[in-house]
Amino acid sequence: MNASTYPYRLQPDKVRVEFFRLLPISLFVVAFGAAFGLAATQKGLEPLQAILMSATVFAGASQFAAVDMWGSEVSLIPLIAVVFAINSRHLLMGASLYPMLRDLPPGRRYGLLLLLTDANWAVSAQEYQSGRRNLEVILGGGLVLWLAWIVGTWLGVYFGGLLQDPKSLGLDMVLGCFLLAMALGGSKSPRTLVAWTVAAVSSLAAWKWLPPNTHVVVGALAGGAIGFFWLEKKPDSENEDGGEEVGST
Amino acid sequence: MTVETTTAGILALIAVMTLVTLVTRFGGAFLMSFVTINPRIESFINTMASSVLIAIIVPMAFSGDAGSLAALVVTAVIMLATKKPLPAIAAGIAVAGLVRYAGVTGL
Repeated sequence: MNASTYPYRLQPDKVRVEFFRLLPISLFVVAFGAAFGLAATQKGLEPLQAILMSATVFAGASQFAAVDMWGSEVSLIPLIAVVFAINSRHLLMGASLYPMLRDLPPGRRYGLLLLLTDANWAVSAQEYQSGRRNLEVILGGGLVLWLAWIVGTWLGVYFGGLLQDPKSLGLDMVLGCFLLAMALGGSKSPRTLVAWTVAAVSSLAAWKWLPPNTHVVVGALAGGAIGFFWLEKKPDSENEDGGEEVGST
Repeated sequence: MTVETTTAGILALIAVMTLVTLVTRFGGAFLMSFVTINPRIESFINTMASSVLIAIIVPMAFSGDAGSLAALVVTAVIMLATKKPLPAIAAGIAVAGLVRYAGVTGL
């Protein structure tokens, strides 16, 4: 019964492969984590508190923003607003994986989403566009990124002086370059290019004129609207609805 | 409403941040479970997904220094030419470091 309701089977071997596939990028995440650990202790967090935050929140940009608001007191509503705004892109990322996630039982579905972050999502979303279903990268890749983020934070709080200026080594650009490479590796149909142009213009407009940290969601939804109104006939992608997994069980 | 950064206060703040982030991680998939996925929604999702990347990167290129812009341009060129992500990313990072080392600050 269950097998036909939830046809997606996570393959342990593939989870392991994806863990090691994202290991190189995770080494750079260690450097970011170290920068965060240093920033957090400078703002008065205890080492263990910084490590705890990295382990439970696991969302770098919002953690940097949060410790930026740190003082002897922290205003709760602004903190919630900033963390939500920066992380709201997760809403879109999770939604975009739903056609695959719905084939997993709810427990596993939300278990995987605990590890959802930019890099592993970018790989999974890009492969989905080329007709490959890869949730293993969310689990395996997410795990290695999560561990790297914790180890990095740990290094930063205890040995922060080792990496005073990650920017001088270009390390702040790792994620940007990674996401760009993922985007350019995907399909580039005229429709995609129009959507990208719309996304680029609206995210820039939002960045300039709308409240801070709203630009990702604004740009992504504007780009998505192009897809909503401009359907593309792709005969080769019509059989990607997961039929083969059902057949094999 | 403010929270004092005592030990208990900090733990409470971390718990709040965790909860808010969890809502964003779970929320998208949860809301989609009420939506019927037809070709139009599928098309929206796919275009939206690649637009997320663009919407992160483009403002990053415009708000950063010469080093970050150079990194993104080099990554794009090598990625389009070779289709190999790792060399493209590595070259981008190296160029950011070099441009900053050379002391180019403005655009």
